[in-house]
Amino acid sequence: MRMHRPNHIKPSEITPESVYLNRRQILAAGIAAGATLALPASAAGPTGAKLKATRNAKFSVPDSPNSYEDITTYNNFYEFGSEKGDPAANAHTLRTRPWSVTVGGEAEVTGKFTLEDILKPHALEERIYRLRCVERWSMVIPWVGFPLGDLIKRFKPTSKAKYVAFTTLLDPKTMPGQRSGALDWPYVEGLRMDEAMHPLTLMVVGLYGHVLPNQNGAPLRLVVPWKYGFKGIKSIVQIRFTERQPPTAWNLAAPNEYGFYSNVNPNVDHPRWSQARERRIGGSLFNELQPTLMFNGYGDQVASLYRGMDLAKNY
Amino acid sequence: MTVEQGVRWVVKPLLFVACLLPLARLVAGAFGLAGVSLGANPVETILHTCGKWTLNFLMITLCVTPLRELTGIPALLRVRRMLGLFAFTHAALHFTTYLWLDQSFDLRAIVEDIAKRPYITIGFTALLMLIPLAITSTNRMMRRLGRRWQKLHRLVYVIAILGVWHYYWQVKADVREPLWYAAGLTLLLGYRAWRQWRRRVVSPRTVPAQPSQSLPG
Repeated sequence: MRMHRPNHIKPSEITPESVYLNRRQILAAGIAAGATLALPASAAGPTGAKLKATRNAKFSVPDSPNSYEDITTYNNFYEFGSEKGDPAANAHTLRTRPWSVTVGGEAEVTGKFTLEDILKPHALEERIYRLRCVERWSMVIPWVGFPLGDLIKRFKPTSKAKYVAFTTLLDPKTMPGQRSGALDWPYVEGLRMDEAMHPLTLMVVGLYGHVLPNQNGAPLRLVVPWKYGFKGIKSIVQIRFTERQPPTAWNLAAPNEYGFYSNVNPNVDHPRWSQARERRIGGSLFNELQPTLMFNGYGDQVASLYRGMDLAKNY
Repeated sequence: MTVEQGVRWVVKPLLFVACLLPLARLVAGAFGLAGVSLGANPVETILHTCGKWTLNFLMITLCVTPLRELTGIPALLRVRRMLGLFAFTHAALHFTTYLWLDQSFDLRAIVEDIAKRPYITIGFTALLMLIPLAITSTNRMMRRLGRRWQKLHRLVYVIAILGVWHYYWQVKADVREPLWYAAGLTLLLGYRAWRQWRRRVVSPRTVPAQPSQSLPG
């Protein structure tokens, strides 16, 4: 593969000061993590390096966020097992440094970029988003990241670029779930260009103000709050601009159950369960299901993207 | 102590306590006792634990007859009713969890689920079929129904198939665990089919009839 960097990045900037400082913080955080091991699990908090991020209130929901523990112990990340507790138990094997992302397809700037190259020019924001899983549960999560659109602009996609395709790391040695055939590995996802450029669409590197834990998709993941959670592809190693609609992992696994769009829609049931209501994680045993909102409550911002489309057909 | 006394005063009480352990864990988790937690989604944990233990108890119950025949220990049959009733208890709790904690008795949604979602339809059917088996599990009912009791209780084979199917059908992608249950069930039912076939084919004189061979198990 051809390796070149966008011209505006000088070699001297490859390891920016902030990243260098981050490494020290990671070390310090590691020591702190060792010290907190003796505490009960309920006191568990972020152990990754602290990130500098400003809260974006305009793009945050007023709901109170789920606990760090809930967000980091109840995950779907089939690369580490298909039970909700598997990622937290197994994802420690994932090596997130060094990390690089290959950018290709219909764009002027392509090649292999280190994670530091990818992150450098972006100011990090904290946004509190709702997350609705296709399995009928939901959370509220304070992500740290930057708009995917800002990243895409740096690669100067051509007029042929109608879609963006993403690929997760393929490494059965560190991702035990990839040794079984639950899904076709690697995990792939995709967005239409206008969805990808939408200001709500986020590239995420952190959670609760700290570096993203492995089980949540470190070091770089996608978050699209108006779509079901599985669209938020984790541990991204490849971004590709395409003219045709790219394949997506769950659609390949069960095309009649998971479509390309996968917008949260209370009126279109999953063939095996209703999507009209959801269980908000973190409530008491006797909390009732709450109604699921169209586009997960982000309809004002995103409904126009789908004007004229039959959303029952394009599920 | 006779075998009879041993079963009655030692084996059955110990087994009873052991069978309560999965529920004890759920109760401890629900009240935060002994450091047990039900995780981020306790309703799902309770639902899945009760569902899976229904299947486990069904499979263990179905092991009793083959084990008795292979080991020649007739006393094993004495624990079968308890195991079967534990299967029923967990199925009832599984359904109650769904009705109450999951659906908050929203009848419209429940009826729609049972009618529209095949995996819930077959799970519900299996539960309905378990009810007459539980009701007729007493000694009195056994005597009263006579040969019909055996016929009725063969329903457990259908119930187990529906139960495993219900599990297989609700899994999203990773079907390995339901397939293990299906394999186990195939073995247990296959053993019975093989035994029936042997009885028919081989002359009754070479295979001495066992006293309780006609009881389903």
